[in-house]
Amino acid sequence: MTTRPYAAARRTLSITDKLYEINWGMVLLITIISCIGFAMLYSVAGASFSPWAGKQMVYFAVGMALLIAAAVTDIRFWMSIAYPAYLVSLILLVAVIFVGHSALGAQRWLSVGPIEIQPSELMKLALILALARFLHGLSIEDVSKPLRLIIPIVMIAMPAFLVLKQPNLGTTIILVADGFSILFLAGLSWWWIAPAFAAVATAVPLAWRFFLHDYQKQRVMTFLDPESDALGAGWNITQAKIAIGSGGLSGKGFLQGSQSRLNFLPEKHSDFIVTNYAEEFGFVGSVALLLLFAVVIGYGVQTAMAARSQFGRLVAMGVTLNFFFYILINGAMVMGLIPVVGIPMPLLSYGGTAMLSVMFGFGLLMSVHVHRLVEIPRHSGGII
Amino acid sequence: MPLFDRKDKSRYATFTRRTLVMSGGMTIVLGALGGRLYQLQIRDGSQYRTAAEDNRVNERLIGPPRGRILDRFAVELANNRRNYRLLLVAEQASGGAQKALDNIARVISLNDQQKKRVLRDLAANKKFVPVVVAENLSWDEFALINQHLPYLPGVQPDVGETRSYPFGSELSHLIGYVAPVSLADKKSDDEDPLLDLPGFRIGKRGIEKQFDAEVRGEAGASRVEVNAYGRVIRELSSEPAHPGKDIYLTIDRELQHFTDQQMATQSAACIVMDTQTGDVLALSSTPGFDPNLFNVGISQDQWHGLTTDDHKPLINKAIGGEYPPGSTFKPAMAMAAVQNGLADLQVNCNGVLQVGNHPFHCWAWKKGGHGHVDLKRGIQVSCDVFFYEVARRLGIDKMHDAALLLGLGQRTGIEIPGERPGFMPSSEWKLHRLGVPWQVGDSLSAGIGQGYVTATPLQLCTYVARVASGRAVMPRLVHVVGNTLQPRPVPESLPFSDEALAAVRAGMNAVTNEPGGTAYGNRIAEEGLEMAGKTGTAQVRVITKAERGSGVKKNSALPWNLRDHGLFIGFAPVAAPRYACACLTEHASDGHPQVNIVRDVLRFAQQRNVLGLRTAYPLNAAEVTPDKAPT
Repeated sequence: MTTRPYAAARRTLSITDKLYEINWGMVLLITIISCIGFAMLYSVAGASFSPWAGKQMVYFAVGMALLIAAAVTDIRFWMSIAYPAYLVSLILLVAVIFVGHSALGAQRWLSVGPIEIQPSELMKLALILALARFLHGLSIEDVSKPLRLIIPIVMIAMPAFLVLKQPNLGTTIILVADGFSILFLAGLSWWWIAPAFAAVATAVPLAWRFFLHDYQKQRVMTFLDPESDALGAGWNITQAKIAIGSGGLSGKGFLQGSQSRLNFLPEKHSDFIVTNYAEEFGFVGSVALLLLFAVVIGYGVQTAMAARSQFGRLVAMGVTLNFFFYILINGAMVMGLIPVVGIPMPLLSYGGTAMLSVMFGFGLLMSVHVHRLVEIPRHSGGII
Repeated sequence: MPLFDRKDKSRYATFTRRTLVMSGGMTIVLGALGGRLYQLQIRDGSQYRTAAEDNRVNERLIGPPRGRILDRFAVELANNRRNYRLLLVAEQASGGAQKALDNIARVISLNDQQKKRVLRDLAANKKFVPVVVAENLSWDEFALINQHLPYLPGVQPDVGETRSYPFGSELSHLIGYVAPVSLADKKSDDEDPLLDLPGFRIGKRGIEKQFDAEVRGEAGASRVEVNAYGRVIRELSSEPAHPGKDIYLTIDRELQHFTDQQMATQSAACIVMDTQTGDVLALSSTPGFDPNLFNVGISQDQWHGLTTDDHKPLINKAIGGEYPPGSTFKPAMAMAAVQNGLADLQVNCNGVLQVGNHPFHCWAWKKGGHGHVDLKRGIQVSCDVFFYEVARRLGIDKMHDAALLLGLGQRTGIEIPGERPGFMPSSEWKLHRLGVPWQVGDSLSAGIGQGYVTATPLQLCTYVARVASGRAVMPRLVHVVGNTLQPRPVPESLPFSDEALAAVRAGMNAVTNEPGGTAYGNRIAEEGLEMAGKTGTAQVRVITKAERGSGVKKNSALPWNLRDHGLFIGFAPVAAPRYACACLTEHASDGHPQVNIVRDVLRFAQQRNVLGLRTAYPLNAAEVTPDKAPT
């Protein structure tokens, strides 16, 4: 073994080395975006740290610890617990059907002592890990073999189905999008991809007919014609657009957003937090935020490409795409481009589970970065 | 085993290629989000800014204080008093609204019906909207509530303003009243946003109605920031309301009060007027009603009582009642007679004048008539036969012209709604409207103020003022609106000769001041205050031939509503008339109550020297130019 010119090349890194290897610029970027979130939560609470901004800071601190802990944990460990994590998450998803409690008409939450968890959030990361692990072991030819392919599709379909029945359409979409993106990146043949698109095109009307709840259908209908129900379900979309649009070029200024402060905005602290940002900081601020997100995504892509293990690459891209899908769906939703589905804006929206899940995801991404030179054989069965 | 086999390399290449494809895709999508931001914030930004402002800002109307109505000496006849109210805000009432109401009921009286209404109002409104629990509380009740306030969470004492009529029913027909805006009011041309203000009142009768636009004032506006639920967050700006204009009437409240008292419980009307200017000093119609009831909210029973009373308290008899003028019409006929060369007419009254087959009786037919009667005596003793002869000789059209010159048969144009025109027939009218030619008998009936002739008490007063002054005076009630003097044209001289005027006045003087006159017993005895006048009774039933044969029933033997009306017109002082007065007592003529009323009122007006007292109209009131004057 020749000595590599940098520490990460060594098979074993000391904890100090690993901390040194963490991309602190990236951590700073995540912190900046989270601080924007704190400021917005402070603003929508009428210039007050309670009830949201203060707690969100605590969640962020816990999340940051989780991120660093995940980052310095060996990538092979994450690989080794991929399947168990997936199984546990799946069991929890089943459990939530029986013992979970509901909020806003959907059964999503599970109480473990004083902590309330959303198994669907855990599943997103578990699915990424499990798929990455499975596809790590397949050659590019194997990926497209029907008997091999059936396994990852079932891995995606089971949680997707369970989450859809909660009902939680937004997370279902993200699970499916994450899963198939990873399959695509793993080299799934175009011969599969083209028919798959055709299948989705036929599945949508069927889902509409059999799987979507009335409230989900109503959201879609309202989206298509928000003015038809301007004071009912169309209220969300209409008021969100007013908030964003009224921000203009440079915004109304911090704490000056009347739309959210006067409660015209629905869910102003969670799913619709960016409308307040857009109202107070305008087009300039909104584009700056988009650029910050783009830099984070770019960093994720770069991390994925630099990783030497297929597992690392797929995990890095999986986490990055997951982040991207959140931004896409939430952004498109609040700007009236797609129907309202309950998807928060990562790092900005209030919520402990979402914050921890996003930070843990970044921890995995960072672990891939720290262990980018670690090479894992395709047939490394002995890791569990 | 090599770490990177060939397959690894190929899947790495695929991964890289596809990652780049996806990165391109993500870039495009993020760009699209940016484009959408541009669309919303830059392209349509101003439109959404307006929408946000509309969301945020709510205009609230501020009701103006209503203008006062005052008499000639600036006594307030209608003003605004403090309205002590009690409001309840549901969200602040810890323990619930029911408990809060029960607690309030321990302090002030509150019945179950009121409680039920409050609970209904609370249910219909958002939790932060104050609902009126009680209005028009006395100061004592209000003070008691304030004292117990610490134990009454959610209760808000509030001082508003409400219309008040300090003299109650006394001026009810003249001033009118205000009441909540009705659906019909909202449908009218009036587009004042104030009509939609909760609790707003508008004038419904009398001066309040006629001058509603002037006394109403203009709404102020308060721009407030509200949240999505309509709760007021703060006031942004406010523009005060413009108070309504004060209205000064020509009325003397003291004289009005005195007049009202004289009429007591009669169903009657009485008007006092300045003979020179037409200024109405008192205009009374009894019984009246309490105008405050309509403002506060009249109960079913009270309304029922007002509408079914046979004395008709809701009708302003002074301007809206049309009665046969009876013998009070005779001075007008005498005027026409002199004017048409009958000054020296002499008639021998034996109690009946036969025209064709039809006998026309004098009221004194039983005593064998009045004997030899000239014009002065004709008026003095109210000889019907004399005026039958006058009517026969003049013909209806000359009588019609004279009556119209004296203000009868047409609306006077007094500034309150509900005036009736009365009626003075003509031959043309009868032919056209009834299709029958005029008969001499019609003229004879008209000559003693019966038949087709009707007049309102106000017309009778105008007529006697014209006789007294010789000028075409018109009644007027409103002197100043805000700071604007209402037009008071100098009345033109009437085209009657001085001889005619003097002859008629002499006759009217003889009625009260010479023995044998029909009202000699009811004269003003005080020297210098003497009045002249003319009595009248108006039959409300037909006396049949059979009844005349067996003896006409005495009024006292008849039910109230079949008895004759009593009428009297008069002016004083005789030497230089300043006050004209007309009085009508419905179904009451025995003992001349109407003459006594006029006598007492004219004596009081002169002793008080109403027209000599200094008025308290605003000094800076500006004259209006005639072309701007309201017609």
